[in-house]
Formats: sequence, structure tokens, C-alpha cells
Amino acid sequence: MSETAAMRVEVVSPERMLFSGEANQVITRTLGGGEIAFLAGHAPFLGALDACHTRIYQADGKVVDVAIHGGFVEVSGNKVSLLTDLAELGTEIDRARAMRAKEAAEERMRGEHDADAVASLSRAHARLAASGGLTGTPAGAH
Amino acid sequence: MAGGQERILRGRIRSVQATKKITRAMELIAASRIVKAQQRVQAAVPYSEQITEVVRDLAAAGASSDSPLLAGRETIQNVCYVAITADRGLCGGYNASVLRAAEGEIKVDVQAGRGYTIVPVGRKAESYFRFRGYTLDKGFAGFSDAPAYANAKEIGQHVVELYASGAVDKVVLVYTRFISAGSQEVVLRPLVPLERSVVEGGDGKPADASADYEYEPDPTAILNTLLPRYVEARIYAALLNAAASEHAFRQRAMKSATDNAEELIKSLSRIMNRARQDAITTEIMEIVGGAEALSGS
Repeated sequence: MSETAAMRVEVVSPERMLFSGEANQVITRTLGGGEIAFLAGHAPFLGALDACHTRIYQADGKVVDVAIHGGFVEVSGNKVSLLTDLAELGTEIDRARAMRAKEAAEERMRGEHDADAVASLSRAHARLAASGGLTGTPAGAH
Repeated sequence: MAGGQERILRGRIRSVQATKKITRAMELIAASRIVKAQQRVQAAVPYSEQITEVVRDLAAAGASSDSPLLAGRETIQNVCYVAITADRGLCGGYNASVLRAAEGEIKVDVQAGRGYTIVPVGRKAESYFRFRGYTLDKGFAGFSDAPAYANAKEIGQHVVELYASGAVDKVVLVYTRFISAGSQEVVLRPLVPLERSVVEGGDGKPADASADYEYEPDPTAILNTLLPRYVEARIYAALLNAAASEHAFRQRAMKSATDNAEELIKSLSRIMNRARQDAITTEIMEIVGGAEALSGS
């Protein structure tokens, strides 16, 4: 994909702008739709985001990992905007803390399957995946 | 006695000096926080701009907008005021001007026979309206210095619920807009229902380009989850503006307090020095008088 044309990508949360720059590809996950990848020149698209590990493939081959906890994605005019409720860059995530959160959520899941536990587990998964701490699974696998 | 007066003055000067130290410290703290608060206002701009854009694109693409947040009500019977003030005082007219603006609007409503509810944000708003016997709804406080998005979310959810349940027909934000470090103004902004002019109309993109969006899930579902977030983003922006204004007001108030203290110290020491001089003069006169009397006898 080294020769694909670049597009503009922005990741914003209410409190700040996390990422803004050129990229070749963005992979994220929409509610109910599963994972979706955007390349330059994608058709206009609007979707609600699930808690997920989003990857931004930059033109120089670097990959930016972002843990996104819900929000929206808009694609129009060769620009991908990820409007998130809450997002963290992979490099900023405390892996040990995320791991503890995951274990706590799994513990709760054993008892009863409430929506809260499911949500916190998927959040923990997104964090771990984005920080590269989800051992045994290739980067990006949910 | 003259010596006693001097001691009293010395005490007063010392106390004014102590106060001045405090106000100076508060001034410096507020000044440093203005910068930070301003940066947070700036940092929140991209999100609110983009969310507005998405809402517009959706509306332009013909997403059915039967959401209660968009549909205005025919007759407005109850108005909800979200008054954003500080948690603390010592910031000049900051709280008073917001409260006065809100109170004025409420009086107009009452005269027109409409009901009102107040959602006080910040301790000062709550205590002000409670003391005056206004009907209060749930209050929010404890974050006026540095509001987080979670705070805005809480307020947003509460307000949307109030509106959706039919308890109020309109929600108005009353807060202080931060224009620059030197100027801020109290504004009243209608929040819910969302104004159609904001939501509708394209943003310069060709109309046909926005018509063939792909959606996941369907546009109506997206719009319905998007609108509450839009409200939250608006509240968040208001909270950040209010926080920056609060620091600016506090800095100005504390600066003038420090200046006043300096002035006071100056005039008090002048009086004290005169009193001291007088005491010395009287004492010398007494001694001289006594010596004269002795030598004369």
C-alpha cells in the first residue's frame, strides 16, 4: 500500500485533538458493522463507532494505535474524521492498569452478563490492543 | 494616649500586609490558570466544529429528524435555565452578573405566565437561588475551576432528560463567554430544542456529494445518538468559557484588591508616622517643661 494516495485523518475527543495528519489507511470498528478500513478516496461515509483499537497507517510506514471508546466516524472529501467520546493514544496507555481492568471485567463476566461488564471488558480490550499488550493475538485482533 | 494609637496602627498595617500577600498570591494563581483555561477552550474547538459539521451533513442528507431534541414545541410553558457560576467567590462581579441575567429572564417568564426551573451549576448559583426561594432542579458543583467532559455529560444527560420527559419546553444556557483576557460577557444561549438554522443547511460542500453517504447503522439512529452529544459538546464549551472567565475575573478582582491594600498601607503608615512624631514631640515638651520647672525653683 506504499503507493496509495494519502488522505487527511483527524482524531478528536471533546477535550483535545489527538491526531491530525496524512495517512494511507485507517482501520476502525463500527457499531454492528464490524471492522472497516478506509483508503484514500473512500465514498462519503458516516458511522457510529464501537469501543475498538483503531489503527492509522501513516505515509511513512508508521502505525498510530488509538484506543477509541465510542464515537462517530465521518468520511468525506478525502478526509476521515474520528469524533470520539473518549480516546487514548496507544503510547499513553498504562498497560498494567488496563490489564487489571480486563481481569476485573472478566471476573465480573463470570458472575452475570450485564451490559456494564461487557462494556468495560471491551474498553479494556481496546486499550490493551492499542498499547500492544494483548499477548497471543496479532496487533489489531479484537 | 498617643503611644497606644501608634501600636493600634502598627497592628492594622500588619494585618493589611498579610491580606495583601494572600490577594497577590491569588492574583498570580488566577493569571497562570487563565492561560491553561484558554488552551482548554481552544482544544475543545475542533470537536465541537466537527460535530456540528456531521450534524449538518446528516440533516442535509435528509436523515429523518424526529428526535425530540430537534422538534420545537408549539407553546412554551416551562423554561429551564442552566446558570453557570463559580464555586467560590472573590472574583468580582463574575457570579453576580450571571445570576442577575438569569434572574431577570426568570422574572420576565413569570410575568408572562410561564413556569421556570433552574439547574444551578456551581455552588454560588445554588446558594443564591436557594436563599431567594426559587424552585431549583438538580444542581451540579465542584468543578468550576477546571471542568471535565464528564461533568458536561452529566449536565447534558440531565437536561436532555428534563426536555424529553416534557417537564420543560426549552433550555437556556446562561454563562460568561470568554472573549479575551480583558473582556468577557454574560450570554444567554438557547440550548434545546436545537435551532434549525444551526442544524440545517449545508456547509459549502456540493449538495450531491452529501446526498450519497453510506451509513452504518442507519442515518436516523446515528442522528439520534449524535444529538445528545452535540448538546454535551455545547455545554462543555460553555463550561470551559465560564472557567476561563472566572479566572480572568478573579485575577482582576485580586489585582485591584492588592492595589487597594498597597494604598491602604501607604496612608496608614503616614498616619502612624505622624502619631509617632506627635508622641515624641509631646514627650520632649514634657521633659523640657519638667527641667525648666526644676531649674526655676
